[in-house]
Amino acid sequence: MKQAWLTVLKRDLLQAYRRRSDIATTLFFFVIVSSLFPLGIGPEPAVLSSIAPGVLWVAALLAGMISLSRMFAADFSDGSLEQLLLAPQPLAVLVTAKILAHWLVCGLPVVLLAPLIGLQYALPNEALWVLVYSLLLGTPTLSLIGAIGAALTLGVRGSGLLVALLVLPLYIPTLIFGAGAVATSQHGMSAEAHLSLLAAVSLLSLVLAPVATAAALRISVE
Amino acid sequence: MLKAQGLACVRGDRLLFKDLSFAIDAGSLLYVLGENGSGKSSLLRMLCGLLLPEQGEVLWADKPIKANAEQYLANLKYLGHLNGLKDDLSALENLQMGARLSGQEVTEASALAALNAIGIARCAHLPARVLSQGQKRRVALAALWLSASPLWILDEPFAALDVQATEVLAARIGEHLAGGGMAIITSHQDVPIKAKSTFTVSLSA
Repeated sequence: MKQAWLTVLKRDLLQAYRRRSDIATTLFFFVIVSSLFPLGIGPEPAVLSSIAPGVLWVAALLAGMISLSRMFAADFSDGSLEQLLLAPQPLAVLVTAKILAHWLVCGLPVVLLAPLIGLQYALPNEALWVLVYSLLLGTPTLSLIGAIGAALTLGVRGSGLLVALLVLPLYIPTLIFGAGAVATSQHGMSAEAHLSLLAAVSLLSLVLAPVATAAALRISVE
Repeated sequence: MLKAQGLACVRGDRLLFKDLSFAIDAGSLLYVLGENGSGKSSLLRMLCGLLLPEQGEVLWADKPIKANAEQYLANLKYLGHLNGLKDDLSALENLQMGARLSGQEVTEASALAALNAIGIARCAHLPARVLSQGQKRRVALAALWLSASPLWILDEPFAALDVQATEVLAARIGEHLAGGGMAIITSHQDVPIKAKSTFTVSLSA
């Protein structure tokens, strides 16, 4: 089982490496969207740092969103999804390898880049750290929940927009706790409560999302 | 070993077939015949468990395949219309990773030997996206040289192949059957395959 799981992970990462432009799209989207706000609103540090948590989190959310429909689409059209379903291992387990690959390619770079963008918003040092922690705990949820939406909309016309409509409402708790964590630390309070809740949402989706994704994939392939 | 009991298939609101029953044992070859759209591919997908039958059930070693999915899938090699190749990976990588996914450990040498057997070894390091339709099909079929699964379900395996490759593949399927394997095949071409016993199932549109 471990071998098959690692094969799925390695195959997705190797493909992403050979198509680096796809990763760049996600990252540039995040950088550009989050850089437009300071340009549009003006350089007032007090205003910028008060909108920063929400803006950065929404930008991270949308950046993860645009790559979601790609998660299973190629596998579906070239037939490797059928082969994945016919592998003699539990599909829900193999799906976690695909989700992890998606997070490593689309989530992790955003987490690493976020503190740099945070500087544009005059965020204090401590808030920058909380931003990184909150994204680190929250972005896996985005990939996990997003996988359900991506699997449900396989083979549907205009699936990109449909995924957004399905998945964005489910992102709301992550957004509230993530942006809330950064905001509380800006106000000099401890962000621990928000971060714990974020971790709880992540763990819950880690348990439920792979099973739901596997079921959705079986329906889509049928 | 593999038994189908009273299978019925409905796609959309059309009934494609019903009351379809057959059984095959070690060494037998089953041809599924029928016109385009008569439900051949649906039947094969049903036998794999990708498609749920409207009625009836599929049994492997007298157990329903749904209840023993992992055990059944470990004995199955399916090749559908789609080749399951990744455009950005080389033929060799595709073959190796495909085999590992189905739980086999494959060395580079044995994967190359498989590609060589179906005459595509010189493209081993080319990415799948630059290969022609027939070449891609050959890379996908090369997995049959690595497969130790007793049951092969092949949907139009000879489509897009040239005469030489067709002969090589027919010989490989014959070898598999002689070794106690089973094969279920759809084909529009009349390719002679040596088998202990050959059955046909005809579907009418």
